[in-house]
Amino acid sequence: MLRILTQVLRTGIVTEPPPATDDAALEALGLELRRAIDARFGRSLALRHVDAGSCNGCELEIHALANPYYDLERFGVGFVASPRHADALLVTGPVSRHMETALRRTWRAMPSPKFVIAAGQCACDGGEFGVSYASCGAVENVLPVDVKIPGCPPAPDELIRGLLAALRVPA
Amino acid sequence: MSRSIGLSEFEARLQEAGIALGDDRRIASVRTRSIAASDWGPAAAVAMTFGCRWAGMWAEADHAHMRLYCVLDYAGDPLLLSAEAPLAAPEFTSQTPHFPAADRMERHARDLFGVIFVDHPDPRRWTRHCAWPEHWHPLHPAQAGDPPTPGRTPADVDYPFAAVHGNGVFEIPVGPVHAGIIEPGHFRFHAAGEPVLKLEERLGYVHTGIERLAVGRDPAGLARLAARVSGDSAVAHAWAACQAMERAAGIEAPPRALALRGLLAERERVANHLGDIGAICNDVGFAFAHVQTARLRERWQRRNRECFGHRLLMDTLVPGGVARDLPADAAEILRADHAALRREVEPLFDIIDDHPPLDDRLVGTGVLSQDNARALGCTGYLGKASGCGFDLRRDAPYAPYDALEVPLVTDGEGDTAARVRVRMAEVRASLDLMDQLLDATPSGETIAPLPVPPPDAAGLGRVEGWRGETLAWVRFDDEGRIARYFPRDPSWFYWPALERLILGEIVPDFPVCNKSVNGSYSGVDL
Ligand code: SF4
Repeated sequence: MLRILTQVLRTGIVTEPPPATDDAALEALGLELRRAIDARFGRSLALRHVDAGSCNGCELEIHALANPYYDLERFGVGFVASPRHADALLVTGPVSRHMETALRRTWRAMPSPKFVIAAGQCACDGGEFGVSYASCGAVENVLPVDVKIPGCPPAPDELIRGLLAALRVPA
Repeated sequence: MSRSIGLSEFEARLQEAGIALGDDRRIASVRTRSIAASDWGPAAAVAMTFGCRWAGMWAEADHAHMRLYCVLDYAGDPLLLSAEAPLAAPEFTSQTPHFPAADRMERHARDLFGVIFVDHPDPRRWTRHCAWPEHWHPLHPAQAGDPPTPGRTPADVDYPFAAVHGNGVFEIPVGPVHAGIIEPGHFRFHAAGEPVLKLEERLGYVHTGIERLAVGRDPAGLARLAARVSGDSAVAHAWAACQAMERAAGIEAPPRALALRGLLAERERVANHLGDIGAICNDVGFAFAHVQTARLRERWQRRNRECFGHRLLMDTLVPGGVARDLPADAAEILRADHAALRREVEPLFDIIDDHPPLDDRLVGTGVLSQDNARALGCTGYLGKASGCGFDLRRDAPYAPYDALEVPLVTDGEGDTAARVRVRMAEVRASLDLMDQLLDATPSGETIAPLPVPPPDAAGLGRVEGWRGETLAWVRFDDEGRIARYFPRDPSWFYWPALERLILGEIVPDFPVCNKSVNGSYSGVDL
């Protein structure tokens, strides 16, 4: 226990701008995100993520949103396990044909109002995989998409910026 | 026994067993022998008793022939075996009865090419769900167009899972959409009470048609695609693909490029291990370790972007070399980074190594016996944690590792705790290797032009990715474009291992077992 406390104390709080990256902008972004969420959803934004055919690169960056540098939850954005609890569907990857029905069903299980965010180049326009016998390509070929966050994969700060855009989409 | 003697003796055994060996068209850089299609299975039987590791198989077709390749490894030395059958009757005996890991790769070849394995024990489809009909094969040369059934793809509800009967036995279907932020796949558990009686995986959900997408690409396009076979292994797959192309074209990347590739591969290893160590701890409620490693990983990835241009190191490797040289002051920055990370992980790893509540959940959980690891041909941290220490960087070193001392990392316990220990040891080892690479980075070019390879040239790439031995098979067409690409991710062996190590464990321990193995879905669904 002592070792853990020592390590925690020694680490301190890293949710601060380290000099090398533009974390001041991130902080501003996060606060703006917070205000937008307050205005649209009262208190918080619940996201349900579905990998519809991704290479897993996008997931790694979504994971990074939870690390202490970004700590997405402090802005009221959280990931939920059930689509029934979700306000928005965050889709990564091109939609593989084998995931097409699972994705539709997840979307249908969400209560309205709901919106769909396509995260990553593949989700936006099919990316490296496009449309083929195995892939439906962009998410909008399968579901109505409200916001697109390009990038292969989008970096965490780009994801936060994209979520912010999502909250500006008129319902 | 020196290695090549080992393979020569193996070839002698094959001949003793009545298997005639021919010389395949010379494949650059790897010993190749051709056998009859009917000897495909019997040759595997000989390989199994001889002690070869089965390292993967794939199919390839032209207008008249179906050809299979498999890689057998003996003490680090690969033998590429090939067999050919007429395209109209592509019948081969199966290697699955002798090497259980061959099962899914053979079924993959059956689904995508229409290869017929006459005595394969499992007639069920694998990669195919409901997007195309049974008798259409996306990689069959006669079927270049789209499948005859466009429109919405229904869910694959009729897949015949194996049944377990008995009093009180129940099924738990999980997926394809999981509760967390992870890749999709289906797990069918059979349980009686809490212990798992059987786990059957059903993958293929993220099949995006990579092998067909590769056809017709130029070398740079293939490298880009390879980096996206499995996003966490961008360097490993891109390196294997580039190595295969370079070997087919008869060149080697310049020494400086190879050193930088080594640096990139080790950076990928460290990032993934840091992330996984934390995620494993998190799965048993030890959030402290998760937060700490996530913090270190984030810093690491930011440095990736700064020095190499991409947080996940995608597109840093190109055919012939690397996309860009190290920035001027990067070596100093990286050295300081390594020292800092070493300082940071020591107290952290110390705690993870010796924290009783963590031990309660990880020690003895999800044991993969050495026999099972060996039978399945597991490499990487999964094999190492079960006593199989094979590592290409040590056992069949390629540049830049041929000039480095890569330490042997193994553990005999085979449980989840051992997989964590191996990952920690690999982080430490990679830090040392990266320092050595920086100390001895040769000067000179970072890229050599890739000449147009001779028509039909092929090459096998083989690198030690962070998950283990990663292969790539590339064949060029007459115009220097890609005719065939098959990436063989180590996860082909990880997934069957997960099915075994979960037996008898309780269902609630599945997430941590799965995380400690961390097979790639996209890397095998292709
Ligand atoms: S956008 Fe890039 S990282 Fe994301 S799934 Fe597509 S290829 Fe992978």
